[in-house]
Amino acid sequence: MSTERADPGAYDYSQRSARLPAAVNQSNRDLPISIESRLELYELQQVLRQFEQRAYDLFMQNLVKGTSHLSLGMEAVAAGFGLAKRPDDYSFATYRGHAHTIAAGVPLGPVMAELLGRENGLLKGKGGSMHLTSVDHGMMGSYAIIGAHLCIANGAAWSAQLRGTDQVAIAFFGDGTTNIGAFHEALNLAVIWKLPVVFVCENNLYMEYTPIDVVSAVPNPAADRGPAYGLEGILVDGNDADAVFHVASRALAKARAGDGPSLIEAVTYRHGGHSRADPGKYRPADEVEAWLDRDPIPMYHRRLLELGVPEGDLATIQQSVAGRVEEATEYAKNGLHPGPEHLFTDVWADGGSAWRN
Amino acid sequence: MAELSYREAVAHGIAQEMRRDPQLVMLGEDIASAGGVFKTTVGLLDEFGPGRVRDTPISEQAILGAAMGAAMTGIPVIAEIMFSDFLAVCWDIVANQMAKSRYMTGGQVNIPVVIRTANGGGSRFGAQHSQSVENWCMMIPGLKVVAPSTPADVVGLMAAAVRDPDPVVFFEHKSLLATKAEVPDGEIVEQLGEARLVREGSDCTIAALALMVPRALEAADRLAGDGIAAEIIDVRSLVPLDTQALLSSVAKTGRFYTVEENPRLCGWGAELASIVADEGFWNLDGPVVRITTPHIPLPSAEALEDMSLPTADRIYETVRKTMD
Repeated sequence: MSTERADPGAYDYSQRSARLPAAVNQSNRDLPISIESRLELYELQQVLRQFEQRAYDLFMQNLVKGTSHLSLGMEAVAAGFGLAKRPDDYSFATYRGHAHTIAAGVPLGPVMAELLGRENGLLKGKGGSMHLTSVDHGMMGSYAIIGAHLCIANGAAWSAQLRGTDQVAIAFFGDGTTNIGAFHEALNLAVIWKLPVVFVCENNLYMEYTPIDVVSAVPNPAADRGPAYGLEGILVDGNDADAVFHVASRALAKARAGDGPSLIEAVTYRHGGHSRADPGKYRPADEVEAWLDRDPIPMYHRRLLELGVPEGDLATIQQSVAGRVEEATEYAKNGLHPGPEHLFTDVWADGGSAWRN
Repeated sequence: MAELSYREAVAHGIAQEMRRDPQLVMLGEDIASAGGVFKTTVGLLDEFGPGRVRDTPISEQAILGAAMGAAMTGIPVIAEIMFSDFLAVCWDIVANQMAKSRYMTGGQVNIPVVIRTANGGGSRFGAQHSQSVENWCMMIPGLKVVAPSTPADVVGLMAAAVRDPDPVVFFEHKSLLATKAEVPDGEIVEQLGEARLVREGSDCTIAALALMVPRALEAADRLAGDGIAAEIIDVRSLVPLDTQALLSSVAKTGRFYTVEENPRLCGWGAELASIVADEGFWNLDGPVVRITTPHIPLPSAEALEDMSLPTADRIYETVRKTMD
C-alpha cells in the first residue's frame, strides 16, 4: 500500500484546482424586477459592503475585540432576501450575520456599537458580533453554534401557523451546516409539518478552513440533500442579487400560501477568511482572483447602467451610504463602555439574575 | 379531593394549564396518540386535539428548536424529552440557546418553554435510561429546574413552570409514577423556588429531592425510633433555590444532610453544602454529610442498581453513625 501523497491538493488545499464561478447569466437582467426594486438592491448591497469594510477597518484599529465573521462578497444573498421578505417575516442567521441583520432593516449605529462592545449597542454589549438580534425587526437572532437555528426557525414558522398569520421564517446558514444533524432534523420536521420556512444555504465553498467538497458526500451540499426530504434542490447564483431576489420571492410566496418549506442553495464566495483570525491562505490564488472578478456589486452596477440608470444616480447612492456608515461609526465610537449595572440584568424575564432567596 | 397517581397527575397538571391558556401547545415523541411511553399524557390528544398535542419524529433537536422558536414568537410550549438522558443529544439547544438567548440579546426575547423529562433510576434500565441529570441543568445560568416528589406537587409545579416566562426543566421521576396520593380539587399553583418542609424535627436537617424524599421520610421514621428527630425538606426547586428554608432549618437542628440520587461529583447537594457551610457554619454541630449514588454509571441488574441508589437503610445508617 502506498502512502505517497499523489495529489498535493489532498493535504494543501491551496494547491487544488480552482473552483471557478459560473459566468454571469445575462438573462437575469430581463427578470421582471422593477428599476425601483433594483435600486433598492443596489443600495442595500452598498450598505452591506461599506458597513463591513468599515467594521474590518475598526478591527484593524483594535476597536473591535473578540472575533467577527464578515460576508464581504456575499452581499447579494442578504440583499435579495432582505428586499423579498416582508417586514414581519422572521430571519435567523449564523455568526456570519451582520448582513442579514442590516438587511432586516436594523439601523447601522446600534449594530456597529455592538461590534465595539458599547452600551448603545444592539444587545447592550452583551452579545457581540456573533449574536446580533433585533426582535422589533423580525431578526430573531444570530446563532454562533451552527445548526440549532434551523430547528428554531421551524418553531417560529410553527408559531405563525398556529397564530394563523402568514409570516414566513427564513434561516440562513453556510455550507458547513449541511453536515450537522440539526440540518437534517429541521428539514424533515419542516416538510412533515408543512411549515412556512425557507432554508437558505450560503455556499461559499469553504466550511471554515476546509473546502466543502472535501467533507461532503454530494457536490451541492444543500441542494443535493433536498430530494431526500421531498424538497426540490434549488441552486441559485448567490452573486446575482436579481437571481436571488427572484428565487426568494417565489419561495416566500409558496410558504405564505401554505405550500410548505423550500431549500435554496446560493453559491457565492467570501472575499476574506473565515473570521478575523484567518487570512484564508488555503484557497488557490487563481480561485480567489476569479471570484473577485465575479464580485456581485460591480456586476450589479454594470447591469443598472445597461438598464439605463445614470452613473450619477449610482454615485449618489454610494455617497449617501458612505455618510450613513460614517454616522454609524461615530455613534458607535461615542457609546460608553457598559457599566457593572448591566452585568446582572436580563438573565430572567423579570430582568434580574437571582437564583436563590 | 381525589387520589391520583403521579403519572395521572402529569396529564392532570398539563390539562389544567391547557384549559387556562388556549395558546399553550405541546410536542414530543409518542405523546399524542400513544399517550406517552410512560402514559403521562393520556387523554390530552382527545381533549385538546392534534393541533395542540403533536407527535414528533425522534429528533430531539427539532423538538426543542421548535419549542424555542415558537416560544420566542409568542406561543408557550411544553416539550417532552422522553428520557432525561436524551437531553445530551439536544444539549446545545438547552444549554447554549434557550438558556442564554435572553441575556445575550439584552433582554429582547422570552423563552416560555417547559421541558418535561422522565428522570432517575430504579427501573433497571441501565446507565443510559436511568440517570438523574438535574445537575446538568442546575449549573447552566438561565435555566430553572424543578423535580416534584408528590402528585399534588406535579400539578402545582407544572402550573408554576408553565406560567413562568423562562425556560424550566421539569423532571418527572420514573420510580414515582405509580405512587398515589390525594390531590386537592380545583386549580393548584405552586411557586418555583419554594422548598417544602415535609417533616418537622429538631435534631438534624435532611434535604432530599424527588424519589429521595419518600426514602428520607422512611429513614426518619426509623430514626425517630432511636430518639433522633429528623427534619425533612423536599427541595423541589433547584433553580431558583430556597436557601432560607435550608438555613433556617439548620439553625434549628445544627446538622445538615443531603440525599442525592445523582453520582457523587458536582451533585446539587454539594452546592447546598457549600451554602450551609458559608452561611450557616456557626449553627453547625458537626460536618455536613452528603448521601449520594457512588460516582459510577448506573448498572442495570436489580441487585447492583439497588446497591447504588441511596436507600432508606443507607440514609438511616449514615445519619445514625454520624450523629453518635
